[in-house]
Amino acid sequence: MRIFVLFKNYCMNIPIYLDNNATTPMDPRVLDAMLPYFTNKFGNAASRNHHFGWVAEEGVDYAREQVAKLIGASEKEIIFTSGATESDNLAIKGVFEMYKDKGNHIITAVTEHKAVLDACKHVEKLGGRVTYLPVKEDGLVDLAVLEAAMTPETILVSIMYGNNEIGVIQPVKEIAAIAHRHGALFMTDATQAVGKIPVDVNADGIDLLALSAHKMYGPKGVGALYVRRKGPRVKVTAQMDGGGHERGMRSGTLNVPGIVGLGKACEIAGQEMESEAKRLSGLRDKLQNALTVLEESYVNGNVDHRLPHVANISFKYVEGEGLMMAMKDLAVSSGSACTSASLEPSYVLKSLGLSDDLAHSSIRFGLGRFTTEEEVDYAIEVTKKAVTHLRELSPLWEMFKEGIDLNSIEWAEH
Amino acid sequence: MAYSDKVIDHYTNPRNVGTLDKSSHKVGTGLVGAPECGDVMRLQIQVDDNNIITDAKFKTFGCGSAIASSSLATEWLKGKSVDDAMKIDNMDIVEELALPPVKIHCSVLAEDAIKAAINDFRVKNGMEPIELEKSHH
Ligand SMILES: Cc1ncc(COP(=O)(O)O)c(C=O)c1O
Ligand code: FES
Repeated sequence: MRIFVLFKNYCMNIPIYLDNNATTPMDPRVLDAMLPYFTNKFGNAASRNHHFGWVAEEGVDYAREQVAKLIGASEKEIIFTSGATESDNLAIKGVFEMYKDKGNHIITAVTEHKAVLDACKHVEKLGGRVTYLPVKEDGLVDLAVLEAAMTPETILVSIMYGNNEIGVIQPVKEIAAIAHRHGALFMTDATQAVGKIPVDVNADGIDLLALSAHKMYGPKGVGALYVRRKGPRVKVTAQMDGGGHERGMRSGTLNVPGIVGLGKACEIAGQEMESEAKRLSGLRDKLQNALTVLEESYVNGNVDHRLPHVANISFKYVEGEGLMMAMKDLAVSSGSACTSASLEPSYVLKSLGLSDDLAHSSIRFGLGRFTTEEEVDYAIEVTKKAVTHLRELSPLWEMFKEGIDLNSIEWAEH
Repeated sequence: MAYSDKVIDHYTNPRNVGTLDKSSHKVGTGLVGAPECGDVMRLQIQVDDNNIITDAKFKTFGCGSAIASSSLATEWLKGKSVDDAMKIDNMDIVEELALPPVKIHCSVLAEDAIKAAINDFRVKNGMEPIELEKSHH
């Protein structure tokens, strides 16, 4: 028995990676597709007059089709970038610069990724006006609140598809419809959603969409911005000037191996999404059900509109970083302030109205293509043990057990 | 950022976890921090008639460094006189556990907890609380 247990552990890669919302390991099939473009297919895709350039361009063209196909776009609508951060910046700043004569108002939400929020801050410095919509307790945007925020000056609504911390999926189609009804464009940061759940720019009414390769088993440092060409034809002002690559919207010699990898990652995701989503949500639910059996544990965010591979759980009365240290065989992440340089707990969790102590107690489990059931079983055991251990150390848990209301205590200011 | 071996040791085998009878006049209890800040430390000392700390216990809600700081503090407190305990400085803890700068406040919390426990003991036994410098976090 003992030998069997050891053998089982041996088969698992410890530490176990459950942080697939931060980044994903590259699929070996993606690496295989990329390799030739580092060596004999090394050409510059912009070299129009010789074999080497044509071969590279062919690789890029094929990747453009693969990316477009995954999101129901046409290949002419795909602009390659260095990742979702750049795509978000190009979309928001680029739309603002292009359309600021039409209006200066942008609407986004408080739970967006920093790439969107900080691009919006930049727009404010340029004279734009930005509304940061609150979200409901479950993390979803309230459509009535969005409707009320729309003005004739609104040129862009930017709301993410799936959230990186809690995985909630926004009602993108309804949001797009509201934006369009008021004459605004709709942009979505779909970095966490593309390749995980069906995303279709036409069915959803998306005008601009940001995606990134490294969140879907592709390489880091490459992504794309979808820019609608028909109904309406959307334009963005380039944020990177130079040789006029990517139809003038993003200059710079193309990262051919990266782009080829992004294309392959999209192709694989498209083929395997349906079965993977089923498998992962099964494993995720198993994990979540086993862990919410623990007293005083709460799932953060809407559980019905959620990416299949994410569960964000708060274990009340234990602190996230301390907990992660006890789960050192697991690579997860926490909204605890102690894990962030700023010593502030997660702004996403706080915007759900979570009290600070619950935000400090949160752990994000992000499953992925290479997560196995054995790993999930092991993660359940490790987490349960860690929570129990830390609660034995927790003065708050003791007070809770004694029936003391923690709010009745006057905590020293800190 | 990796943890030092000493932090890991105290974290995995915390010394003196537990609770002393806070109603006893021999016991001083310090409760510092706040749940909203992600750290709450409760440190207790038991003092004999010669003003020697005979036992110390803690419970901490916080990061690994906060748990290690309080565990170390209880180790240091046992056998010390109350006056010597008052001299424990957070920087001693920082040094012993090799805490990085972002974790200094976890050691400050431990120092605050020691002083709060001592003051609780003093007040219970009819002594003036010792005036504390405003803590530096
Ligand atoms: C929602 C979201 N947007 C943007 C980004 C940034 O992506 P990239 O790392 O490709 O710049 C991330 C990844 O952290 C993300 O999760
Ligand atoms: S208690 Fe927050 S960093 Fe130590």
